[in-house]
Amino acid sequence: MGHRTPLYEQHLEAGARMVDFGGWDMPINYGSQIAEHNLVRTACGMFDVSHMTVVDVAGKDARAFLRRLLANDVDRLGFDGKALYSAMCNADGGVIDDLIAYRVSVAADHQAYRLVVNCGTREKDLAWLAAQCAPYAVDIRERADLAMVAVQGPQAIDKVCALLPQAAAQIRALEYFSGMDVPDRAGWYVARTGYTGEDGVEMILPNDAVVDFWKALLAAGVAPAGLGARDTLRLEAGMNLYGNDMDESVSPLAAGMGWTIAWEPKDRDFIGRAALEAQRAAGNLPKFFGLVLTDKGVLRGHQKVIVDGVGEGEITSGTFSPTLGYSIALARVPAGTGATAKVDMRGKLVDVKVVKPPFVRHGKQVYKV
Amino acid sequence: MSDIPGNLRYAKTHEWIRLEGDGTATVGITDHAQDAMGDLVYVQLPEVGEQKTAGDETGVVESVKAASDIYAPVDGEVIEVNTALEDTPELVNEDPYDRGWLFKLRVNDEKQVEALLTADQYQAQLDNA
Repeated sequence: MGHRTPLYEQHLEAGARMVDFGGWDMPINYGSQIAEHNLVRTACGMFDVSHMTVVDVAGKDARAFLRRLLANDVDRLGFDGKALYSAMCNADGGVIDDLIAYRVSVAADHQAYRLVVNCGTREKDLAWLAAQCAPYAVDIRERADLAMVAVQGPQAIDKVCALLPQAAAQIRALEYFSGMDVPDRAGWYVARTGYTGEDGVEMILPNDAVVDFWKALLAAGVAPAGLGARDTLRLEAGMNLYGNDMDESVSPLAAGMGWTIAWEPKDRDFIGRAALEAQRAAGNLPKFFGLVLTDKGVLRGHQKVIVDGVGEGEITSGTFSPTLGYSIALARVPAGTGATAKVDMRGKLVDVKVVKPPFVRHGKQVYKV
Repeated sequence: MSDIPGNLRYAKTHEWIRLEGDGTATVGITDHAQDAMGDLVYVQLPEVGEQKTAGDETGVVESVKAASDIYAPVDGEVIEVNTALEDTPELVNEDPYDRGWLFKLRVNDEKQVEALLTADQYQAQLDNA
């Protein structure tokens, strides 16, 4: 038996098909992954993401510590609640994990941030944080007492606001990629973030409050969606999945994450900086692109990509796109790859188009051929 | 619990087969198999006229999650395929034992069908998996 979130019984009641995901018993779908996907694109769905790891980092040196730890720079966070996406790299520039960092409060003598990291990387992440924090006056606290529910889709804000009237105006005004404490709800944190390419929130709340919140959403007509839909939604949105699209052997520069590296100011010596600068200077790094197959068949992770006259690459994530009605993929391909390539699909070479992700945003095709 | 009709025979590889009484048999995948695959998005069927030996690859079902080969449960000639699945592969999810059938065979030896798993034996295989 794996770890269970406080919503485990709710999943069974909703008829979920449960699978092991990074040591957790999680719902892959509640009947139809495609129906759940489409509901998030057209209306609203909710995901139990309580398996993800919430870590609070606070203290006199919290800011300095995170400026050393992360490839992105928490000094870019202009106000309390603002969030950023970052890689946490090792000294070789490989990605230990990707995460979201929220600025909670910042004063000269004390700063507080909240990190949300992956579940499959929990232990190594916590060990890395513990190992790297030694020179800093900082308290690192895993928040196993918190659950997390993502409510996503064009109707998500309305649904959440209806349940939290005292916070509705503030939630509606919440800037994209920022969060805040929920008024009159001790320990609740709401963020306008997600992993679907739709509007919505991620609600971080106490374990003992999450079942009631989930049931209230259900009663309001929000259907649960499983990890299967979460994966097709994030892939359409061109968002990376740790362990598929990048890991410790992959540079963020070769995983479409160059935009998350804060090179300025030049004197900020984050872990991995020297290695990443050397890679950038050497050039010729693989490119991270999207692939589109409009013929029949589904592109899958680890299939070989062949670019005539240039070289070979590999699909890192592939699936059927329910929104587009054909297969899409993310792939690492050689520098110099043009507008087309071939993929070895179960022994058969198929022609694919090479595009710049994302594929879908707010329910619409956004990539260009 | 998945549905396992008592009047069918089953292959270990999760195909069902039904003798039609005229020397032909209809083949599909089981409710358990479609549930494990998740939403199907493509079904690749054999050509009519192909001769198959039990265990031969006779098609591919592809879901959002994975691609899975279909095997001929017995020896025979493919005489018909379910062309409706070309545009509506979800029929296999919705109705695996009826509208979601895959192909029909002219069976060389009906005794081969009788030798496949009964519903109880197939259930036992699932229970022991």
